[in-house]
Amino acid sequence: MIADIPSRAGLAPASEAELGALIADRRSSGQPLRIAGGGTRTQTDHVPGEALSTAALSGVVTYEPGEMTLIARPGTPLDEIETMLAAEGQAFAFEPADMRGVLGRNGAPTIGGMVAANASGPRRLLAGACRDHLLGVRFVDGQGRVLKNGGRVMKNVTGLDLGKLICGAHGTLGVLTEVALKTLPYLPDRCTLGFHGVTAHEAVAIFSAALATPFEVSGAVFRDGTAWLRVEGLGPQLGYRRDRLLGLIQTREAEVLDATATVTLWRELRDLAHFAGSDAPLWRILVKPSEAPAVAGALAALGGVFSLDWGGGLIWYCGPGTAQEVRGITRHATLVRRGGLTGPAFPPEASAVARLSAGLRQVFDPAGILNSGLMDQ
Amino acid sequence: MPTPDAGILSRAPAIIAALRAALPQDAVIWDPEETRAYECDALTTYRCPPLAVVLPRTTEEVATAMRICHEMRVPVVPRGAGTSLAGGALPTADCVIIGTMRLREMLEIDTANRFVRVQTGVTNLSVSGELESHGFFYAPDPSSQLACTIAGNIAMNSGGAHCLKYGVTTNNLLGATVVLTTGEVVELGGAEMGPMGLDLMGLLCGSEGQLGIVTEAVLRILPRPEGARPVLIGFDGAEVAGECVARIIRSGVLPVAIEYMDDVCLRAVEAFAHAGYPDCAAVLIVEVEGSPEEIDLQIARIREIADALNPVEFRESRNADEAMAIWKGRKSAFGAMGRLGDYICLDGTVPVGQLPYTLKMIGELSRQHGLEVANVFHAGDGNMHPLILFNANKPGDLEKAEAFGNDILRLCVDVGGCLTGEHGVGIEKRDLMTKQYDGPDLDIQMAVKDVFDPRWLLNPAKVFPLEVSQPWREEAATR
Repeated sequence: MIADIPSRAGLAPASEAELGALIADRRSSGQPLRIAGGGTRTQTDHVPGEALSTAALSGVVTYEPGEMTLIARPGTPLDEIETMLAAEGQAFAFEPADMRGVLGRNGAPTIGGMVAANASGPRRLLAGACRDHLLGVRFVDGQGRVLKNGGRVMKNVTGLDLGKLICGAHGTLGVLTEVALKTLPYLPDRCTLGFHGVTAHEAVAIFSAALATPFEVSGAVFRDGTAWLRVEGLGPQLGYRRDRLLGLIQTREAEVLDATATVTLWRELRDLAHFAGSDAPLWRILVKPSEAPAVAGALAALGGVFSLDWGGGLIWYCGPGTAQEVRGITRHATLVRRGGLTGPAFPPEASAVARLSAGLRQVFDPAGILNSGLMDQ
Repeated sequence: MPTPDAGILSRAPAIIAALRAALPQDAVIWDPEETRAYECDALTTYRCPPLAVVLPRTTEEVATAMRICHEMRVPVVPRGAGTSLAGGALPTADCVIIGTMRLREMLEIDTANRFVRVQTGVTNLSVSGELESHGFFYAPDPSSQLACTIAGNIAMNSGGAHCLKYGVTTNNLLGATVVLTTGEVVELGGAEMGPMGLDLMGLLCGSEGQLGIVTEAVLRILPRPEGARPVLIGFDGAEVAGECVARIIRSGVLPVAIEYMDDVCLRAVEAFAHAGYPDCAAVLIVEVEGSPEEIDLQIARIREIADALNPVEFRESRNADEAMAIWKGRKSAFGAMGRLGDYICLDGTVPVGQLPYTLKMIGELSRQHGLEVANVFHAGDGNMHPLILFNANKPGDLEKAEAFGNDILRLCVDVGGCLTGEHGVGIEKRDLMTKQYDGPDLDIQMAVKDVFDPRWLLNPAKVFPLEVSQPWREEAATR
């Protein structure tokens, strides 16, 4: 079920100016465009229009490790960037997932796709989401205008923060041409505590206890009857935090994984390896952690399986439930892998919010040509 | 500021009557003696009493006031505690101020899900105060936190000394109840770690009252650290102090705060607070958190980094009193500078690597303009606060100081930074916006404002340069 994404086929403007001219032209003729970076994060098969790839808008503009700042063009492959950061002992703290396994894609994840999807993995719990690390953007809007917002510094409240809007808009407001992001030190010292044979309810209780400590737990995932906690720290700090957490959570015997096993496990958890290799519908659901066991239980009753991330704040549900059934149980549900389901992927917005969103779309893309309908409800 | 609208001024009695009829008796203030208390915020150079002040106690009352102002086409200036340093809450004579300071309820404390829900008139510090017994705190800590309110924090996307580790308001805001200009109430986000759909809350945070008034907020809360301890490091040059900052950040130790004070500031502070700071070119205060052992470990690393750069002094605090002594001078810096004379406090941000060059250039500009400047700032994130000293009683001195300030902010943009890191644009940096943003960049921001505030009634004459926004305002007047 590997689907070919025509990342190099179709339109691939090589410069911001070329992209601007192309979009301005499409705006006047009303011809829609289907935008993709590596095509690995968002299902756009049903989006009308010619494919527009950002692959030719590639390369790192600047990377200043001492300032923890990276500026790159959107088509730059994420693995190239992550390798470059790792060489300086840094990383993106929000740990973006690689969704290729889950979505059955073979493209190369790009930094533009990461920002457009606001991709944020297990570390989001501690470090914030991609949008929290985005310092500035350049983009071409649906009128072909080349625009910029934000900058490359950590603190910036100059004017309206349009970067937040662009991040997570999946290309529907504009096509990115440059992103500036904050990088952070990546420390080698880490371990994982695994509590086996627990229910979702017990897992969330473990998470809540751990996350009420000052030990900076950087991952809290429940999968297949095990609650996993990731602990990080500098050298002796790590041992101290691990031992205090073990002392706090004495209900179960804990397995302790070393740094190497931790990296492997959390890569799997991050990339949802347990939901890869299938094409059943997969839902991403946001809840209050304390509500997760009940919501997940109700979903599982429809058939299928679930896992929890973000200490219970994020439910991944894979199963045969229909959109109506799933949204009947919980409001904030996004369909990540369609698995044959039709209809809107994003949850409905309250009417006043929907009207504001529509007004903004009108501002950025009045002809509705950028990933048209992708985020419609 | 633009000339007040004579039409609105002539309708003042009707506007006040409409507000009084719809709101509780003590919620509307129009007596000139009383409205004078609202004639400025913490940027006291500019003053103008408003037409009236509304102080609601509920979201519904805010909505009622907004609806009336919208129907009667009266500009609204939202106001929190009035601590804005950029004139963000400066009234006009033809406006109604809607203040959030009576919205003071703590609505929900949920430590299991790590959030609180508050009315936005609560002060920043009181949120953490309420959480203390639960072992949690609210991270953003603007210097004005004793007085400033969450509503203003959201409007300005406020930060503080500890934001190096914990981020600013936008990173700690989960949900907001917003009253739109029409009086319609909208819920954005919630207790979940959203957002779903377009990030309207991210747009609203830091929008300086241009898009709506936030009456309730859901805030992310964090467990209190076991302890915190500062160290003080003195250097005989700005450059080497800047290098120390970069090396600390690269080492993997992530302090919660790295503060910087230059020699002018140090001398003023010393004369005022007698904090016992060394007499040198630059002092860093670096604070780390954790258990006692964790703190020792981090300080040992910082000492190693600093020692390699030959500091004039490395002072470790061994107890609470010594920690307080280290912070004492920094915390009294603004007061201490006030004793030297009047000053303007700037707020540009530069890339950390550009700090030494920027400091050198500020020194040159100081000589050119013939005014002294002191530098105290959050070095970890490059957010600078040059304080320009001048004499308010000397004709022309204020204008000189403002011109000097503008040169510094232009310099910040030229080296890759921005006009404001945490104070906001307000009226203060409004006309410099064209330095940072080109025409289309400002146009799209104004088009976004149009979506939320089609009549351009919210916080008029702020953020967008008057000349640039004129066509937008004229168009809005026809709606």
